[in-house]
Amino acid sequence: MSGTSTYVPKSALGRWFESRLPILSLVHSSFIAYPVPRNINYLWAFGAILAFMLVAQIVTGVVLAMHYVPSAAMAFASVDHIMRDVNYGWLIRYLHTNGASLFFFAVYVHMFRGIYYGSYKAPREVLWILGVIIYLLMMATAFMGYVLPWGSMSFAGATVITNLFTAIPLVGVGVSHWLWGGYAVGDPTLNRFYSLHYLLPFMIVGVVGLHVWALHVTGQNNPDGVEVENVERDTMAFTPYATIKDVFALSVFLIVYAWFVFYIPNYLLDADNSVMANPLVTPAHIVPEWYLLPFYAILRAIPNKLVGVVALFAAIALLAFLPWLDTSPVKSAKYRPMFRFFFWVFVVCCVGLGYLGSQEVSDGTTLAARILALGYFGFLVVVLPLLGLIEKTKPMPASIADAVLAKKGLASAPPVAS
Amino acid sequence: MGEHLSSAAIENPDRRDFLFIATGAVAAVGVGAVAWPLIDQMNPDASTLALASIEVDIGAIPEGQIVTVKWRGGPVFIRHRTKKEIDEAVNTPLSELKDPQTDAQRVKVPEWLIVIGVCTHLGCVPLGHEGQYDGWKCPCHGSVYDTSGRIRQGPAPLNLFVPEYAFLSATKVKIG
Amino acid sequence: MIRLKTCLFVAAALLPLVAGGSSALAQDEAEQPKPTRQSWSFSGLFGTYDPAQLQRGFQVYREVCSACHRLSIPFRTLGEPGGPGYSLAQVQTLAASYQVTNDEPNDKGEIFKRAGAPSDDFPPPDAFPNDQAAAASFGKAPPDMALLAKARKYERGFPWFIFDALPFDQYQEIGADYIYAIMTGYTKADDPKWNLYYPGHTIAMPPPLVDGSVAYTDGTPPTVSNYARDVAAFLSWASEPNLAERKKIGLRAMIFLFVLAALLYFTKKRIWSDLH
Repeated sequence: MSGTSTYVPKSALGRWFESRLPILSLVHSSFIAYPVPRNINYLWAFGAILAFMLVAQIVTGVVLAMHYVPSAAMAFASVDHIMRDVNYGWLIRYLHTNGASLFFFAVYVHMFRGIYYGSYKAPREVLWILGVIIYLLMMATAFMGYVLPWGSMSFAGATVITNLFTAIPLVGVGVSHWLWGGYAVGDPTLNRFYSLHYLLPFMIVGVVGLHVWALHVTGQNNPDGVEVENVERDTMAFTPYATIKDVFALSVFLIVYAWFVFYIPNYLLDADNSVMANPLVTPAHIVPEWYLLPFYAILRAIPNKLVGVVALFAAIALLAFLPWLDTSPVKSAKYRPMFRFFFWVFVVCCVGLGYLGSQEVSDGTTLAARILALGYFGFLVVVLPLLGLIEKTKPMPASIADAVLAKKGLASAPPVAS
Repeated sequence: MGEHLSSAAIENPDRRDFLFIATGAVAAVGVGAVAWPLIDQMNPDASTLALASIEVDIGAIPEGQIVTVKWRGGPVFIRHRTKKEIDEAVNTPLSELKDPQTDAQRVKVPEWLIVIGVCTHLGCVPLGHEGQYDGWKCPCHGSVYDTSGRIRQGPAPLNLFVPEYAFLSATKVKIG
Repeated sequence: MIRLKTCLFVAAALLPLVAGGSSALAQDEAEQPKPTRQSWSFSGLFGTYDPAQLQRGFQVYREVCSACHRLSIPFRTLGEPGGPGYSLAQVQTLAASYQVTNDEPNDKGEIFKRAGAPSDDFPPPDAFPNDQAAAASFGKAPPDMALLAKARKYERGFPWFIFDALPFDQYQEIGADYIYAIMTGYTKADDPKWNLYYPGHTIAMPPPLVDGSVAYTDGTPPTVSNYARDVAAFLSWASEPNLAERKKIGLRAMIFLFVLAALLYFTKKRIWSDLH
């Protein structure tokens, strides 16, 4: 898929530049002539959507940073100033806060797509792990970003999450003081979170570069989980076919984005965050942003503080081991009926954990959260390894071209038993 | 593969181009519409614009005194001129001035001189009641201004700027 | 394939909507009635504030609430488009009627007060220059009202919190409904600290509104219900002054995006017709 390009620029200036820095041929081989499987569906458009959202968050964030003041005394007021006084400040702020939520919505669709179609399997293990790293960086960025407005929920969230580190035996309290820059969340914490919140997205850009590079080495997976054999029959050029599909999918995504920004901009905002942070008063009901809720539910479900923290980090870290936890050689859930069933159970566990994370703690919610957490971990460490051994998979198409033709109802080579 | 000719090949190329052009044009409009707020947010915001004009009570300023007020982030000198200072300003021949302006061109009411207190050389704030003309002298590079705020000596090329102002009453002036 | 996509979309879409329903109340529903959803001129896709209502609401704030509650917004916003619509002269007169503390000391080094200008914020109530003074007097500091309508919500519960996000049924006025409910919730005449809608029913603020306490000049009946409605609308504006502009630009953006998406769809179809 990757390799030396045979692209020769048409203009003399282009050739002059190309011989000094071959960017043009890099762009050509990566995004124009680059072959993609013919049978990919619209779920494959979310990579491009994510790239767009990353740029959107960086642009709106850099602009907000021109007006925001990262001090405990002035942060809340500076956000209010952006909303009331700065030209289009309200628009840029709503784009940034709702953009973060839509960024996570897209990343979850992208990740669930990867799990469903086995995109993490050989030879795409490094691609998948880079994706987990991006996800972790996104969560850190989003967490720190939420602290910046210095509302009561910002403060409470910062306190709860940084207090997780006190669970570490021996060094926990020292680590927390080091993170806070004091004995509790305060001005030094806010300042360093601002600095890191500005930095991390650019690290995400770097890891995304590696992610796309790794992708272009192996090529895209596809809904049938069959690797490309004949480039001419099985693939199409990225431009114009995948490009226009991605742009169209992006325009539909933007409609949803615009709906949030212009008509329900405060829907995902916690009311308590419109009240300035007070270190002496905690809101009655602490909730993180929705995209962190499932992990919050797992944390709360476990009575032991240290084990809860470990479970929280394990829930994310385990994802990196998916290529080895899943023992089946068949990639796509299309041909794995048992896996498909458990996949949807897993999705229900995630959504259910998310809902429980938003609710007040009670005996009922704790029990439910424990069951669903068992479902979550069970899927990853029990079901996936076992399924590869005992599952009877359906016959797969002989090639991507055959899969495309079969979909269109035309004659094709007989399917291959797996 | 390729069992039938693609419909596009038979299609009228003009219709296809129109669709592409229309899509491209609409997308370009969209990019512009998104770009504008990102550019406009750097323009002075509502709170800055609200301080674009100020009202100053000048009733308490005695004759001979210079008061400095803050306007649009910088100093403005309000000088209650004595008769001697007014006469000196009015009686200066234009040939002596680097930037020729009569005193009448620079004041609305002779007793009140209102000028922006920023040296027209490189932007320092001149010191009042200094220099041989009893106007201002800039400590940075020695520019000397007279009692009408006009440059008389030194490297500054222009007279001190006169801002837009209006008398709301005998004791109140609105600047900006 | 379509079923899969729909399922994935729905599953992933439910998650943000799930969290949208979370809020600060933790009461037994049977004993704690929820505020009812009112109709407001500024709700819906095309809603805007009614300037006359905002002016009445401001009058209620000024004559009743401002004794204890701060409103830290600049005076000039009362003259900006999309709001109560006062003229520049009215805003200047209003501002000048307040005494504000000057940013810097005078020539003698003393902190002094002067008449307000449109660029100043509303000053804190005379009696309570800061939260601690207010808390000392009431036991609890009366909150600043600038963002109050955003800072108050009630639990909508499943499945209403999903419908609240959907087009045509969207619900953004939850703060205004909460304020209206509290203002009209003092249903026990003998107990001024009992409020039907306040979580736990015991509220530190005694009933602030009484029929006839504010004299409306435009003929609107001077009832507690109208005062509550008007002040809730005013406070909604105070926390969300850009609502009119936002919906106006939103309409254009949505139309534009639908047109663009349609064009892109046909472009995609046209380009893909080339393939085998």
